[in-house]
Amino acid sequence: MTDRIPGFATLAVHAGAQPDPTTGARATPIYQTTSYVFESVDHAASLFGLQTFGNIYTRIGNPTTAVLEERVAALEGGTAGLATASGHAAQVLVFHCLLQPGDEFVASKKLYGGSINQFTHAFKNFNWNVVWADPDDISSFERAISPKTKAIFTESIANPGGVITDMATVAQIAKRAGVPYIVDNTLASPYLCKPIEHGADIVVHSLTKFLGGHGNSIGGAIVDAGTFNWSRDRRYPMLCDPRPEYHGIVLHETFGNFAFAIACRVLALRDIGAPLSPFNAFLILTGIETLPLRMRKHCDNTLAVAQWVAAHPKVAWVSYPGLPGDRFHNLAKKYCPNGAGAVFTFGLKGGYDAGVKLVSNVKLFSHLANIGDTRSLIIHPASTTHRQLTDAQKAQAGAGPDVVRLSIGIEDVEDIIADLDQGLAD
Amino acid sequence: MNHDSYPDSYIRGILNTVKTIAMVGASEKENRPSYFAFKYLLERGYTMIPVNPLRAGEQILGRHIYARLSDVPVPIDMVDIFRSSRHALPIVQEALTLNPRPQVIWMQLSIRNDEAAALAEAGGMKVVMNRCPKIEYGRLSSEIAWMGVNTRTISARKAAASGGIQRLSLNRASVPGGATEAAAAAERMERERGSAG
Ligand SMILES: Cc1ncc(COP(=O)(O)O)c(C=O)c1O
Repeated sequence: MTDRIPGFATLAVHAGAQPDPTTGARATPIYQTTSYVFESVDHAASLFGLQTFGNIYTRIGNPTTAVLEERVAALEGGTAGLATASGHAAQVLVFHCLLQPGDEFVASKKLYGGSINQFTHAFKNFNWNVVWADPDDISSFERAISPKTKAIFTESIANPGGVITDMATVAQIAKRAGVPYIVDNTLASPYLCKPIEHGADIVVHSLTKFLGGHGNSIGGAIVDAGTFNWSRDRRYPMLCDPRPEYHGIVLHETFGNFAFAIACRVLALRDIGAPLSPFNAFLILTGIETLPLRMRKHCDNTLAVAQWVAAHPKVAWVSYPGLPGDRFHNLAKKYCPNGAGAVFTFGLKGGYDAGVKLVSNVKLFSHLANIGDTRSLIIHPASTTHRQLTDAQKAQAGAGPDVVRLSIGIEDVEDIIADLDQGLAD
Repeated sequence: MNHDSYPDSYIRGILNTVKTIAMVGASEKENRPSYFAFKYLLERGYTMIPVNPLRAGEQILGRHIYARLSDVPVPIDMVDIFRSSRHALPIVQEALTLNPRPQVIWMQLSIRNDEAAALAEAGGMKVVMNRCPKIEYGRLSSEIAWMGVNTRTISARKAAASGGIQRLSLNRASVPGGATEAAAAAERMERERGSAG
């Protein structure tokens, strides 16, 4: 007899949540508390020593947030999860557990611009050194590996350019190098793509986007696939060495295939901070319950809008892997068979001025710097997020003067198209 | 029994039935995994008996350490093996000589010995391998979810009340939740590497 495994939509509603054991409350209660009383001095000692499971202080763990952590882990097919104050915080905690000063990691150069900033500038202060590789030339990942490499990082679907990474190939390169493969799955969400099935060892998210889905909460998450052997080459002292913070326990030996998630909690979150607030966890959890419904509608709408935009006489080009003929269409069919996401860019023949005019004319689209909202969103990077760059830098970042980025919402698609139509009219 | 994956009902049945657990290879060192498991199971109400020939006569958390299973003066329900895989067979052979015979042989996370398992099963004992009873208790009660761990269970039933702060009952109706095939596959790979190497 084998256990029956529930489907994705069932997990999206149920994973991690059960009726409250004392009150019977069915929705997940918001445990808006900083701290938790101990039963006894001995109970406190067990908690602080990691000898029992439980809550001490909300910087390290919270029962509402824990429901979210288990749910994201279940949806990704991981062994454990950790929620953080933002997607960026999740990345800091992950690298804190992997890198020592002077170490390197290889990252795709097609990433969310904020991640490029974080890796280039903030991480330099920790002497964590990024080496860039190009997802258009997968062998560049192999060439970027050195004896100091401790990890490889890519996005599944990259923001904003619609680049889809050949994750299975990158995973093989990581395996040969003996380093974990980290995938930022924000743009796809686990509904469209599960990086662990393609060889990722760690998945990170900005929950701010499609998982929360309603544009109301910043949040991040880390998922441990449980696949990496931290002790084999003894290169990850946070995981494989006795920890002085915890009386010499070895996390990998003690926690097995969820040791990385525990390290992120008890070493990184504890000492660096940046926990998610329980209230945000509640809002994001509520959002996740409808993830399958929303993603289906997001993707249907986006394909229709991308097709309409591609046929518009004022549009020079469209980059959406869901369109047949797009250079990433085959990778999209392999990695995101249920839809290529809801974010894409296109170029206006009228250049900078046409971009400014479009964002000024639209009435249903919100002009703002986010993605993954129920509402349709628009931004003209050259006049906003990438304004300070030179023209050459803008072009390299995929933010040339003609580029407009859309994040398509779940409104009626006729209304979305009508708004673009009037926005593009003379 | 298929020892690659156990139904939750099998594990829950064992943890709900056994009362006295002899832990072979228990350590008195506070930072060892066996100490963690020993303490947790003790706090959950099991009668824990440490067995370790190198520490015989000493104590772990006030419990007398015996040199071998046959020295334990009370009936044992479950033998929890905290030794490497190659030491499992003689421990099972000794368990088979006990009267009454234990109901369960449990081998810890990363420990697997199919020959020892077959012998135990032929002797009427249930076998669990490559699992930790602390983690399984935490998972099936869902206590471990406080650490963000995927319990791979879901439930719309309120769990039975359980005494104490931050204690959840094992008596909880649940259906299996999300799979983690990747982790299971990685474990299998490691094991095959281990036995080949
Ligand atoms: C792909 C990707 N990763 C990470 C982040 C950072 O997430 P947060 O804004 O929640 O810190 C973003 C935000 O835009 C993103 O799009």
